Amino acid sequence: MASDSDSDGDFVTFGTPLEPLEEDEPLRKPVPLHEQTVKDEKGRYQRFHGAFTGGFSAGYFNTVGTKEGWTPATFVSSRQQKAGRQNARPEDFMDEEDLGDHGIAPRQITTTADFASGRKDVIRDKARAITSLSAPIPGDTVLEDLVAPARSSMGVELLRKMGWKDGQGVGPRVKRRLCKQRADSGTRAFVSASPPNGLSGSQDEEDGEFVPENVTFAPKDVTPIDFTPKVDLHGLGYRGLNPLAALRGGPGAGHINLFTMDSDRSNSLFGEDRKGQRRRGGVAGQGFGVGAMEDDDEDIYHRDIMSNYDTVLGGEEPGDGLYGWTAPQQYNRKKKDAAYLGKILEGFTLASDKLETKTIFPPPNLPRDFRPVHYFRPVVDLSSVSPMVAQALQTSRGHMAQEEPSKGGRHQLDSAQRRELLGEATLQGITESLLNPSRFTPHAEQQQQEALSVWSGPTAQAQTGQTFKPFERTPHKQARYDLYIDQLKQGDRDALELSLDPTMTEWERGRERDEFVRAALLYKPSSSSLSCRFTRGKQDDGVEADTVEVTRDQENDVDDKQAAVKMKMFGKLTRDTFEWHPDNLLCKRFNVPDPYPGSGFVGMPKVKRDKFSVFNFLTVSESPTASASPAPQGNKQSVPLYPDTSHFISRKRSRWDVSGQAGNKERKEKDPVSEFLSVARIEASGSGPEASTTDGPTTDPTVEVLVPSYYIHH
Amino acid sequence: MSLGHLQHQATHAEDHAEQKCEMSFPQPKPEVPQLPQNLLRTIDCQQGAVRAVRFNADGNYLLSCGSDKSLKLWSVSRGTLLKTYSGHGYEVLDADGSYDNSQLCSCSSDKTVILWDVATGQVTRKLRGHAGKVNCVQFNEEATVILSGSIDGTVRCWDTRSRKFDPIQILDEAQDGVSSLKVSEHELLTGSVDGRVRRYDLRMGQLHVDFINSPITCVCFSADGQCTLTSSLDSTVRLLDKSTGEMLGEYTGHKMKGYKLDCCLSSKDTHVLSCSEDGHVYCWDLVEGSLMLKLPVGKAVVQSLSFHPSETRLLTAMEGRVQVWGAEPEETEEDVVVVQQEKA
Repeated sequence: MASDSDSDGDFVTFGTPLEPLEEDEPLRKPVPLHEQTVKDEKGRYQRFHGAFTGGFSAGYFNTVGTKEGWTPATFVSSRQQKAGRQNARPEDFMDEEDLGDHGIAPRQITTTADFASGRKDVIRDKARAITSLSAPIPGDTVLEDLVAPARSSMGVELLRKMGWKDGQGVGPRVKRRLCKQRADSGTRAFVSASPPNGLSGSQDEEDGEFVPENVTFAPKDVTPIDFTPKVDLHGLGYRGLNPLAALRGGPGAGHINLFTMDSDRSNSLFGEDRKGQRRRGGVAGQGFGVGAMEDDDEDIYHRDIMSNYDTVLGGEEPGDGLYGWTAPQQYNRKKKDAAYLGKILEGFTLASDKLETKTIFPPPNLPRDFRPVHYFRPVVDLSSVSPMVAQALQTSRGHMAQEEPSKGGRHQLDSAQRRELLGEATLQGITESLLNPSRFTPHAEQQQQEALSVWSGPTAQAQTGQTFKPFERTPHKQARYDLYIDQLKQGDRDALELSLDPTMTEWERGRERDEFVRAALLYKPSSSSLSCRFTRGKQDDGVEADTVEVTRDQENDVDDKQAAVKMKMFGKLTRDTFEWHPDNLLCKRFNVPDPYPGSGFVGMPKVKRDKFSVFNFLTVSESPTASASPAPQGNKQSVPLYPDTSHFISRKRSRWDVSGQAGNKERKEKDPVSEFLSVARIEASGSGPEASTTDGPTTDPTVEVLVPSYYIHH
Repeated sequence: MSLGHLQHQATHAEDHAEQKCEMSFPQPKPEVPQLPQNLLRTIDCQQGAVRAVRFNADGNYLLSCGSDKSLKLWSVSRGTLLKTYSGHGYEVLDADGSYDNSQLCSCSSDKTVILWDVATGQVTRKLRGHAGKVNCVQFNEEATVILSGSIDGTVRCWDTRSRKFDPIQILDEAQDGVSSLKVSEHELLTGSVDGRVRRYDLRMGQLHVDFINSPITCVCFSADGQCTLTSSLDSTVRLLDKSTGEMLGEYTGHKMKGYKLDCCLSSKDTHVLSCSEDGHVYCWDLVEGSLMLKLPVGKAVVQSLSFHPSETRLLTAMEGRVQVWGAEPEETEEDVVVVQQEKA
């Protein structure tokens, strides 16, 4: 560190300046690491340790700074050295570098805060005032003020040079408005001019002083909020009973407000002392009784007045002008609309948000010939009128689409619908709708009818064993369901009511009724032509299994492949590749490594699907196209063999069509009828080979490869 | 070797030959591949209709599967019966011999697969498990596994080493009966009535499915292991590239519409042979696809055939007889019909 005394004297240089760069000078070689030396103030070489990358040097020839180095001081018993200094100060662990000018604890003579008296710090002054009051000699600040040495920080000095005066705020000067907080805060206004007459503010009006236009004011000083940490265990804002104040204050001091704000207290402190205030010793106050020394015991049990407390949360604008610490909208909000000035009733305030105006629609214009009499449509029972009328009624009501979902054909109509179509009269007797009038929506009733018609059909009669047991988990329910199905099969119209448990509640029965009808419709017997192709699975899946295992990878579309085969485009189109896991033992027997070591399963990866998922049965739909599809491929073998139909496939002449062979001649003399037959048969066989085989291998396949049924008799 | 490769070679050879011909040193013409067109002998098996006839591993013996529940072992060269294996409950449909000729396996309509001891003729193991008649059976290379394909749509892998009677694995991917089955080093080729050829690659752990759209009657590997041959009920034999599934050749002209008939490749992969319902064995050139030979076997359906593993020799089965065909006629042609004097 060196200071240039010859030059301005104001500059301080610190460190070694870099040598000035000259442009033409070639780059100098960097100083190698071992030549980079460091000396201390006394010119001794210093060596860096690993601490060079951020630590202290150990000093004293690479020792800790002592001759002994790292060797520990011998233990000294504290028994004999009790009087010795016990507690170590931080300075004990500092070396001279730390204590130097730029160390962490510089040793130099400075004015400590205790003796400083520079600017008039409001908070500090207040604090000092309080302490002075509580001090044994009250008002000793006067003395302090007299003898305090001047001290001001560098920032204050700089500010002063820039024209700042004590007590002003920092910032550009304001045109006219001056904050009024100075008078409130109890400190004297420093500005020579009196506060300007602002547009608002009662005090300005009270003063009524003239403020010239060209006068600017310094911004008001912002009192920093003192964020003193709360160290006691009192409630917020509670100050506790200061014993000093309590001792000092007599009954004349009145109620020691434990909750008063700082400003109030300072007000009372800085304001003129009350006239009759006597300083007396002794214990007094709310918390203490009246001692023997007291001559008057009035107001021992001070009744607290509620006006001592704040009743509104953040209600009034605090007079301390802490604008920097509050949201500005709160104050802007207070602006009153000029239109309402003086018109607001007492006790009312302006609404913050506007009321929504309601749009009122006028009543419709009535046509001239309107007669205010309602005509009720006659309720016509649809089943009692002819179908034409019923249909007309329904369309007029607009219920047509809802009530009749889809008439798939005459076989899907139930008896009532057929009766409607035929125009027959209704059967005599109590109908179900009369039996339970409000229970059924027409839709549910129709479903019930449908279930009845489905289950009472001949296919259901032929099917002896019921395959689906939807309520197998609850045997009682399943039994009731079976009963219901049995009665449905017998064509009993009241099947549902008879099968339900009468002991159950109405609600439960209603639910079960719905479930049964739905289940009966869902698991309705498949048509006999389809069902005979399938056999029951050998092992029952059990009660728990609601899912079936389906191979994860499904084959591509078969139609595409058939088209590809017809075009003889074998290859990618006709090939599917799946992941397949051989058994570990099989791999061992074949002397190949297991391709999926540790895989838990063999065969194709399977996924669990919902047992009655739509996707599992997509291919066995009962649609007429599937049921009308021709017999699967294998049946072709049972078709009587036609001669000379072996060559229709290769119509196209290719190099595989070898000329000069017997088949060629046959082809020429083939009649067109047989060719047509064969083509038709090929198309038929190609269209639906998968229909029967999608459900996995059946134990009784209809397809089998025949061998010549030839037998030699000796 | 794929067909493209073969073609390439062939054209190359022709070019070569032409060049040589232009020069003054004519190269000897490449030897015309010989066809088994001479009937060497006919064996009357006397076991009912012969369902299948198979060479053994080295081609010195043949197995005939009879519909009278018996399996018979014959000498090819002399046409003598060596052993009769009886133990099946219904007609025998297929058989295979192990590589070391010590064991035989056969399958039958009685839903069983039987492992036989060749020398004693005893049943070593009778494997039950199929739900229907078993169409085809094969040993693997080391005869440690028997693979059997059945009409129930499954292929079962039986362990010949263990004493357990359960199959190691059941391949139930076929959607219809499995009609034919071949095993190579690490692959398994199955043909099914659902019109698909499935190749299980044990080494890769993959299953390749080729769609043929017609019930498969027979599948074969080519000797080089690059192609597969499939015959199907649309009277077509197709040569497919094994790796991609592309069709390399299509062989038609024969008649195969209702019966499960065999097809095969010649030992050098030069020709494709197939049985036919018109009583002939059709023999096509593999590369050209042209019909090279139409071997008249008889009036009935040629049920089965088998090509010698190394020589030009062919076995055909028709009705109750097995015929042995060779490239050139043997000198002893008088013993055309060897009737076995075995009278039970």
